[in-house]
Amino acid sequence: MNDLTLIRKNLFRKKLRAILLTLSILIAFLIFGVLGAFYKVWNSGAELAADNRLVTVNRINFTVTMPYAYWGRIQAVEGVEAASFANWFGGYYQEPTRQVQTFAVDPESYLNVYPELVFEPEQRAAFIANRTCLAVGRDIADFYGWSLGDRIPLLSNIWQKSDGSSSWEFDICAVFDGREDYPANYAMFHYEYYNEDLAFNQDQIGWIVIQTQSADLNASVADAIDTMFANSPAETETATEAAFSEGFANQFGNIALILLFVVGSAFSTILIIVGFTMVTAINERTGEIAVMKTLGFPAPRIFRMVLSESVMLSLVGGLLGLGLAWGMVTLIAAAPGVSAFLPGLSMPQNVFIAGVGLAVLLGLLTGIIPAINAQRVKIVTALGKQ
Amino acid sequence: MASLYELKDLSKRYTRGKETITIFEELTMSIPQGDFIAIMGPSGSGKTTLLNLLGGIDRPSSGSVECEGVRVDKLSEGKLAKWRSQHVGFIFQFYNLMPTLTAAQNVELPLLLTKLSGKQRKDRVATALDIVGLADRKGHRPRQLSGGQQQRVAIARAIVADPKVLLCDEPTGDLDRASADEILETLQLLNRELGKTIVMVTHDPSAAKYAARELHLDKGRFIEAKAEPAQ
Repeated sequence: MNDLTLIRKNLFRKKLRAILLTLSILIAFLIFGVLGAFYKVWNSGAELAADNRLVTVNRINFTVTMPYAYWGRIQAVEGVEAASFANWFGGYYQEPTRQVQTFAVDPESYLNVYPELVFEPEQRAAFIANRTCLAVGRDIADFYGWSLGDRIPLLSNIWQKSDGSSSWEFDICAVFDGREDYPANYAMFHYEYYNEDLAFNQDQIGWIVIQTQSADLNASVADAIDTMFANSPAETETATEAAFSEGFANQFGNIALILLFVVGSAFSTILIIVGFTMVTAINERTGEIAVMKTLGFPAPRIFRMVLSESVMLSLVGGLLGLGLAWGMVTLIAAAPGVSAFLPGLSMPQNVFIAGVGLAVLLGLLTGIIPAINAQRVKIVTALGKQ
Repeated sequence: MASLYELKDLSKRYTRGKETITIFEELTMSIPQGDFIAIMGPSGSGKTTLLNLLGGIDRPSSGSVECEGVRVDKLSEGKLAKWRSQHVGFIFQFYNLMPTLTAAQNVELPLLLTKLSGKQRKDRVATALDIVGLADRKGHRPRQLSGGQQQRVAIARAIVADPKVLLCDEPTGDLDRASADEILETLQLLNRELGKTIVMVTHDPSAAKYAARELHLDKGRFIEAKAEPAQ
């Protein structure tokens, strides 16, 4: 027997109470873990952004297009190494519910500014050469069961052809992967093939991706670009790719703040419940604590034992919650089609580490008052009440 | 017999609101090593308070408590805790065992404050339980034991660290006559065979008869009633 035995036995002396407390902590950490995993996916654009990549969009909003000619003018700006552009197609396959993230791009320049996209050399060449080619990310190809040589129609929920239809026919000539965690959950095709049949908004592009010669030049390049288009019908706003991705994610609201409120509410509630229960539990044991002090257990040791009890409770609940979150996230990620829409969904290590830290903090916060109370128990007073 | 405790001009006063209550005033006494004293007296006479002062779980208002030359009343809280763990064994009226621990674990509790190895602790626990006749109940939890058995576990806990003094506060106050006699015989055995100094507070005259000396505490003064044990 040692102090740990005493801590464990005290913690689980009232099994139902211990189970309910563990469950409530577990739920808070389950929420924390699952939301943390989803937040990572949501924010992955900013995390994966290259330091020396900028994105130029229409100053009004990134959903408002700008002239195709801007691409050429931007390439001439001092400090620009390479530039490409893309336009949002808003594609779906057969049914509007079967979404396919699709961009109209200039293949050669686009692949130059995105070295993270991994193509077989012959497929890369085929994509550049074949104007009806659709280059498909591995996750999308796997989800829809597409393979090289397939001819498929993609419909747009934004754009129309001059003949009134919204369907473009494509030949799948390339399937690409993302390097490391880079997502491969979208498809790309030739801007020219799409642009020539457009019923409206021809020669317009959605955003321009710029690779600067050095990240140190980002500010000056961005400034030069925005100054160049100032007072034009389509003024621009240029930002780093990370800022653009963050802004894109935040169009749905401040996700980080929402998550903070959800997780914060869960933890505040748990803090009150567990804290109050711990205070009550230790008060119930005042007599036993007095006996331990009588036997010679010093006050600091009693303080440590009570605090450890609280930390142990929090860690048990926290680790179970994080473990369950990991299991749930892994199951969700393995479900058919999820990788196509939530690429890289997994329990991030930093969420797990933060969770463990949070569990220790929760244990310390809920245990500090009972521990101080236990340390201060007056033997004569406590034994006199028996 | 050499003196174990020396109490000099011991006073204990409590303040309740604006009122100061004097438990005893300038009490002086000596407790020889190996003595078995029964302290009797009416409720509120200060019997338990005296026991608490001897055990270092309370401090006098004035005067001194000296045990083997150590001024117990002057020790810091930390040193006092260590002193208690090494010198004093406590036996309470309501046993005060830890309900979540087995008999053996309850007895082992004071040994967690020593540097003994697990094996040494186990041997000591076995010996202590053997002395009180509960070797076969070591795996039982308090609620699975009778009152008398629980008190014997408490005695084993009190002697396991081999203290010189056993302080017993109404050790038979919650027991039937037969169990009480068993407990008192065990205490007598510990006094006679192992030389433990025992100070026992009791209301029960028949329990007091097991002691070598009876002291009656009344109005802050001792009246010695008996010099030799009756049984």
